[in-house]
Amino acid sequence: MSRAVGLHIAVLAGLALAQFTLPEYHHGNLARIMVLAAFASAYNITFGYAGMLSLGHAMFFGAGLYAAGLAAEFGGIAAPGGLVLGVIAGALMATVVGVLALRTTGVSFMIVTLMFAQAAFLTVLYFGEWTRGDEGFVIASDMRRVLGLDLADPATRYWAAFAVFGAVMLGSLAVARSSFGRVLAAIRENEERTRMLGYDVFRAKLMALAVSGAMAGAAGAAYALLFGYVGATFASIQYSILPLLWVLTGGAATVLGPFLGTLLMFYLIDVSSSFTTAHMMIVGFALIGLILFFPKGILGTLRERVVPWLP
Amino acid sequence: MSSTTAPQAQKVRSAITRRTALKGLAGGAALAAAPGFVPYIQAQSSAPLKLGFQVHRTGIGAAYGRWYDRVTTAAAALINEEGGINGRMIEIVTEDDGTDPKRGAEVVEKLASQHGCDLAFGTLFSHVVMGSSPRAGELKFPYFVVSEGHHVASGKLNRYTLQPGITDVKSQVRAMAPWVSQNLGKKVTMIFPDYAFGHDHRDFFSEAIAAQGGEVIEKIAIPPTESSFTRYFPRIPRDTEVIYHVMVGPGVLTFVKELGEFYGSGARPQIFGFIDSLEAVDIATPGLEFLEGTYFWEGMPRYAPADAPEYETFYRERVGVDANGASVSDSKDISTYAHMFGCWETLHVIKAGMEAAGYQGPDDRVKLIEAVEAMTTMPAGRAHPQGDKVFNGKTHQVFGHQYISQVADAKLSVVHTASIDDGMYPDETDYTAQPF
Amino acid sequence: MDFGPYLLLASLEGAVGAAVLALTALGLSLVFGVMRIVNVAHGEFYMLGAVIAWWVTSMVGGHPALGFVAAMVVSPLIVGIAAAAAERLVLRRLDYDPEATIVATIGLLYVIQQLALSTYGADARPVAAPIDFRVQFPWFGYSGYKLCVIGASAVMMLAVWLVLTHTRVGLMMRATQHDPETARAFAIPVDRVYAGVFAIGAMLAALGAVLIVPIQQAHYLMGHDPLLLSFIVVIIGGLGSLRGTVLAAVIIGMSDGIISVFFSPTLAKILATLLVAFVLVWRPAGLFGARPA
Repeated sequence: MSRAVGLHIAVLAGLALAQFTLPEYHHGNLARIMVLAAFASAYNITFGYAGMLSLGHAMFFGAGLYAAGLAAEFGGIAAPGGLVLGVIAGALMATVVGVLALRTTGVSFMIVTLMFAQAAFLTVLYFGEWTRGDEGFVIASDMRRVLGLDLADPATRYWAAFAVFGAVMLGSLAVARSSFGRVLAAIRENEERTRMLGYDVFRAKLMALAVSGAMAGAAGAAYALLFGYVGATFASIQYSILPLLWVLTGGAATVLGPFLGTLLMFYLIDVSSSFTTAHMMIVGFALIGLILFFPKGILGTLRERVVPWLP
Repeated sequence: MSSTTAPQAQKVRSAITRRTALKGLAGGAALAAAPGFVPYIQAQSSAPLKLGFQVHRTGIGAAYGRWYDRVTTAAAALINEEGGINGRMIEIVTEDDGTDPKRGAEVVEKLASQHGCDLAFGTLFSHVVMGSSPRAGELKFPYFVVSEGHHVASGKLNRYTLQPGITDVKSQVRAMAPWVSQNLGKKVTMIFPDYAFGHDHRDFFSEAIAAQGGEVIEKIAIPPTESSFTRYFPRIPRDTEVIYHVMVGPGVLTFVKELGEFYGSGARPQIFGFIDSLEAVDIATPGLEFLEGTYFWEGMPRYAPADAPEYETFYRERVGVDANGASVSDSKDISTYAHMFGCWETLHVIKAGMEAAGYQGPDDRVKLIEAVEAMTTMPAGRAHPQGDKVFNGKTHQVFGHQYISQVADAKLSVVHTASIDDGMYPDETDYTAQPF
Repeated sequence: MDFGPYLLLASLEGAVGAAVLALTALGLSLVFGVMRIVNVAHGEFYMLGAVIAWWVTSMVGGHPALGFVAAMVVSPLIVGIAAAAAERLVLRRLDYDPEATIVATIGLLYVIQQLALSTYGADARPVAAPIDFRVQFPWFGYSGYKLCVIGASAVMMLAVWLVLTHTRVGLMMRATQHDPETARAFAIPVDRVYAGVFAIGAMLAALGAVLIVPIQQAHYLMGHDPLLLSFIVVIIGGLGSLRGTVLAAVIIGMSDGIISVFFSPTLAKILATLLVAFVLVWRPAGLFGARPA
């Protein structure tokens, strides 16, 4: 087993162990962090590996969230089905948007994805009669059951979050180390050259987007089912910027970077708001300080300087 | 900038002194005579009761959060001065939720698990309530919201979530309809923000005015982030008798100014708004002259009436607000007077509930909920300065008086006080039928 | 109201929005075009401009016009200094790496927002317009100040254009935008150009905010929308094309107003948003962009 795979198995093992050892508060936090880290990992496929700066991932996360939520609310479809629907919704949305948006690159792509995400957000509000718009709705607890276990139960929730995160993370690892991943890296480094070498750049990018969308959809569905609330806030631009922030701080184009970034940002906000009311300022300075010392994100910089084999 | 802490803020943070513990013992002994009281054993606990306060310190709700914080601090100080609850001092543990539903759920978790609070209270914005309440229910953590939202009474939340300190928007809107249709007009054009808060107004008022023989002839929904409103005004039909507006957010002053510019000094329909639009805003602000003669719903009259009862004056003094609803340390700093009383009254309800349940600690949370569910009438007084109330234990929602005021000389004076019955509506749920 | 006057009203509204948007977006266009970085804190400089304008006008008594003129000078100056400091202390150290700059400017956004919240507060506060008169059209009244905003913005943009095309400073900026390497070879102090451009970009945003603050109010979260809109305008207009930015601002500002005449507001916003997306899908380089970004 290579070092890389070993490291990731170790991380997963550590997280699994944490389920038994962490105090109640941090245990609950970690479940949340893992689901959001899955979202960040999904974003990493598009941004870190394929090099496409998307500002529209909130719509994929939202697609998963609403697919699961609406299915539970109106279709009586419980958790496992909701998750599957979330994955499909995310993948579908990413493919449709990708076919249109991939005609553009760089900053144009950024704005196109942003616009589609904004339109999706406004559509959620427009159909407020069913989605309850920004106020959102709560998913009934009997929809939040899997294999007879209640997802609101701390241990069950943790394992479910762990499963989703683990799947996404191992998926990212697989992508990073596969030939597909290498094509994406080539596209990121120099798209024209890759095209010239005969690769179907459009198809590769679309594939990356679809995978990314599917994973984001899974994260969204998981968030709805595990935490019981669906609201338009999660489809707003904030949720397109947050995964970008998490990935950049943790280290773009590293498999564990997104998790680290999500974990770090969560506790930065949590801890700083414990001892000051001006916590946003602490977070802001911390971000600036962090990026000054780790310009490629924490793991990205570490990989550059110390640990070159980190995927 | 003016200080946001009320004068007696320091008392809350003080440790238990022998004097206060003795006072508490005396109080406890007195209470022991009451039936059903669990004997208070001194050895058990003189540690303070921790009440978690979920506040919008940052984000779009920050203007309200600041005043909620101030009133909470004042109410807690008063309660502690009077001996605390069941002889124990109360400690307010504050966490900022950034007016965000995701963070709100995390804050509930933090207050319950990390801080070990007995309960949490204070959330205002509906979407944050909806996002946070499920977690409170899962943790079996009593959650008292001060939100005005109809979400509690609609049955969408859980048995651990209650709203005993402030009335809900459905009740407020329904109470307005009779007076509006009799005094202002029957043909109404509604202007509201195109999200849940606005939709609630749209739906509830349409129903209520129809019951009065009136009609909403035009509904103008304004997108949430709109900052300029002039282009919507031409949609107002010519035969409108009353414009009903509930615009909220930073753009509200623009809205009023532009409405004024649109009509100029010419003929205009009657105008009825909700003070939510002008919370923390001075009516004497230049550009708001247009509001002269228009009407507003007020949750609690901002300007103290000449015949204000003693308890109202006492409340104003304790929270540091003058007779014009502004901070005593800065007359330009207008409070969110129509909402913040909710924190004061909620804390007093918590006190009454804990005392009735003989609350000792987290094991008694269910008893606390049941004690509050058993409450019915709440007379006006120092504990309820906004007015007397009726609590519906089944729907977990309190009902109270609503006020209609008119703007005259850049001040508001009450022209009508709706009865509690005016705002009543049939029960939509029964939380007491749900298991804990 | 009849259709014709309604359209006129919507057009006027659109023009006012476009005027301020053009100014703000111009600032971003300069920064983006010359330095090739995404400044997520651009909206916060805008907000700072408005907040400082309120502060200045409330300190200067007498006629509102006095305070307003003072604000127009003082506010961009302070914002420019703040921006220059941020550039020197942070962005330069990052060597203008695009991704690192995003994180750094997000951090800057949090810091500035919290600063505003802690000192200025959470309330939205109005500023009196320097001139207060109504223009009475046959069908409706309209704020005279708003019409002045359109004029003022046009004048300022003209001034910027003159500086860029007719002065040495402007020449240096355009050279750096075209090719920093070659510019350096021609002894243009690229580092100082960057600092200057970043400061000027922030100052233009602040100017736009000072103009708008008598119409809207100063609020600590007001930077969010201008940030988004500015980016959209800059990219639709085409990177590196200031003329494109201005034209895109006009088109987007005007169409936003006019579309809302025909559709319900939220639907109108959905359509406007999709329209922007499809313009880019059709013309990836923007309307006037020279080459793909």
